[in-house]
Amino acid sequence: MSEAATVEQPLSVEDFYDATVLPDPCEIPVIEPGAMADSKPYEAAPEFQKALGFPGELVDDWHEKAIAKLGELVEGSRALRVYLDTCVKCGACTDKCHYFLGTGDPNNMPVARQDLLRQVYRKHFTVAGKYFPWLVGARDLDEEVLDQWYSYFHQCSQCRRCSVYCPYGIDTAEVSMAAREIMATVGKGQKYCNEIIGKVETIGNNLGLQKKALVATLEDLEEDIEDETGVAVKIPVDKKGADILLVTPSADFFAEPHIDGLIGYAKVFHQTGASWTISSYASEAANFGLFIGSNENMREVALRIRTAAQDLGVKRIIFGECGHAWRVAYSFLNTLAGPFDFLDQNYPVPQHICEYTYDQIEAGKIKFDKSANDHIRLTFHDSCNVARGSRMGDTPGGQFEIPRTIIRASCNHFFDMAPDTIKESTFCCGGGGGLLTDDLIELRKKGAQPRMRALQQVAQDHGVTHMAAICAICKTQFAKVMPDYGFDMDAILSVHQLVSNAIILDDAKTDQPEAGDGDNAQPAAAQ
Amino acid sequence: MLTGAYALLFYVATLVLVGGIGRKVVQYARTPAPLKIPTTPAPVTRGGVVMRYVREVVLFESLFKANKWIWLFGWIFHAALLLVLIRHLRYFTEPVWAIVALMQPLGIYAGFAMVAGLLCLWARRFLVPRVRYISAPSDHLMLVLLIAIGVSGLLMKYIFRTDLVALKAFFLGLMRFDIQPLPADPVLLIHLFLVAVLMIIFPFSKLLHAPGVFFSPGRNQVDNPREQRHLAGWTAKLGAGQ
Ligand code: SF4
Ligand code: SF4
Ligand code: SF4
Repeated sequence: MSEAATVEQPLSVEDFYDATVLPDPCEIPVIEPGAMADSKPYEAAPEFQKALGFPGELVDDWHEKAIAKLGELVEGSRALRVYLDTCVKCGACTDKCHYFLGTGDPNNMPVARQDLLRQVYRKHFTVAGKYFPWLVGARDLDEEVLDQWYSYFHQCSQCRRCSVYCPYGIDTAEVSMAAREIMATVGKGQKYCNEIIGKVETIGNNLGLQKKALVATLEDLEEDIEDETGVAVKIPVDKKGADILLVTPSADFFAEPHIDGLIGYAKVFHQTGASWTISSYASEAANFGLFIGSNENMREVALRIRTAAQDLGVKRIIFGECGHAWRVAYSFLNTLAGPFDFLDQNYPVPQHICEYTYDQIEAGKIKFDKSANDHIRLTFHDSCNVARGSRMGDTPGGQFEIPRTIIRASCNHFFDMAPDTIKESTFCCGGGGGLLTDDLIELRKKGAQPRMRALQQVAQDHGVTHMAAICAICKTQFAKVMPDYGFDMDAILSVHQLVSNAIILDDAKTDQPEAGDGDNAQPAAAQ
Repeated sequence: MLTGAYALLFYVATLVLVGGIGRKVVQYARTPAPLKIPTTPAPVTRGGVVMRYVREVVLFESLFKANKWIWLFGWIFHAALLLVLIRHLRYFTEPVWAIVALMQPLGIYAGFAMVAGLLCLWARRFLVPRVRYISAPSDHLMLVLLIAIGVSGLLMKYIFRTDLVALKAFFLGLMRFDIQPLPADPVLLIHLFLVAVLMIIFPFSKLLHAPGVFFSPGRNQVDNPREQRHLAGWTAKLGAGQ
């Protein structure tokens, strides 16, 4: 299963660019108004709209309904109200969005994107906008504006990069979520997100994968692992009384390279003697309710995890590699579905799989043969929802250091990309925020440009062959767009794939790589 | 007549400014922040948040990360404005506070720095296509207003001197509701009129960024959602996961 171990990576960046000076990832394009005006995702079909409690199609009095909804949202969210009021149009955010850098469309500058909503807010909710609309750029919500909303609020991956640089912390993601919620409320929902939310709420995961199929898939996977390692690593489903409930994006069950990450989690749990399980009821970490700004749907999905934890009687909840899922889990789960006083209070609720693995490394409970990853020269993509919307460990910035520590422990050749493209300044993969759909492929390819340029740079400077990530969406997106930038589609890896390659399992087959120091026999420590 | 009009103008302007900002602050404070959304890495303690704000408000940390030119011009303008405002306290205090007296010479340079910073910021609105694209007429006019206030102030200092003793008597009188005659110098009248306009539009404009920055959930929230269940607004109505 572990593809990376056999991949001969043909590095073709040089084939693509004969220039020795590669383009700067942060290079500012010439503005080109309307360049992406036609980029729009498919609208949700009436049945999927209705399933989520939204009207099937655009209602007759959509204008009144939309304004009323906007008023309601502004009343209920300090962030939205303050962000709409305080922007001074300083321009600091104008060159910070990967979609602007990749497309040149000025409406993809974060402030201009906000202005699409702000002009309507001003018109209806401010004195200046009511009486002097021309002065402050206020405008009513007409069909043209609604159309622009649909287009440009689906060109924001809610990555929060702009909020890092704004002197008032204005987060365009909040504005995009509000706009999407207003649109869904008047009957103009987005197909991709709404269909997926529907599947989670009826079946339990984004893919609509039923329990039977899930169990069969994971049994096959167990066999594969055993064939390869000689060790009976288990991936339990619905095991009552297990200590740990693992909630992971359903892509981990069969997409590449996600599945290699899942094998990595399983091996870590196995080696540390943990008792763990996956739930077939909450077999999905992703929570697309966030993307469409729908609190109700976000809560509905979050509550499934609480229910699963209670039904299975677990003591801890751990999340697998998924960017926005970790943001919702880390930042919102306690609020939406807490309190979790029925779980073991010695551990944070919830935890990230990287926190678990990191703790085990620190405690000396897992050991690596780093040479197993010697064919890889690696860099790491900080997934933005993890980087700017959450934390790992006890100290600010743990979300950057913990994955890097795991990588360094399992891989000999690690190189970071340019400083203004990583950690809190990381660029989105281009497919986050509910945009990972084929109807937006042009946008996705262009939006990936800054990240891909940073990767090309580090490939040229350090011979980097692979990039690891801790987000299911990032992985799928990169696998899709990397070929356009001169990389193989399997140049994207899961962090726990590196762990999987290098972890030393007790009783492993003799052809399992030996540890460098030869002292690899670690008794399986009970949790 | 003139004195009366200006006295009224300043009473109205003060009321609008204080009342308007007060209303907005109450509104911001009352609007709930239902979810934890600090832009991370964020401080994990209240004290850390205070330090984040000190860096943000004193040094313009985020702006510095974003764009060195905007940071330079913006910081110069705001720092200079602060000095100029402190310097102007001498018209409202008797005896003048020692610290204000001490700042007098600095205040003069600050006047020039302020206008220079503003001119540079305005130039950006024309010269940088991205910034031109996002600028509404009000964004230009706000700069024009501030520049006009600064320039008329400097003109009074260096060319069209006015009777400062009478001016001070006017303002001290206003504060005691005892109206004293205002010197009828045109530049002074323009300067004061523009200041009153600025005070009046403050609560209705983007100048709300001054109080607003303190209410930004992206900056003022403590990063501790796992340790403390955050409940506010609609989330406050949530029970125990029911
Ligand atoms: S950085 Fe903030 S204040 Fe400046 S233009 Fe962008 S959103 Fe507005
Ligand atoms: S949140 Fe990300 S995608 Fe959206 S405007 Fe800001 S930088 Fe662009
Ligand atoms: S998919 Fe990954 S990079 Fe893109 S928004 Fe989500 S976390 Fe960020």
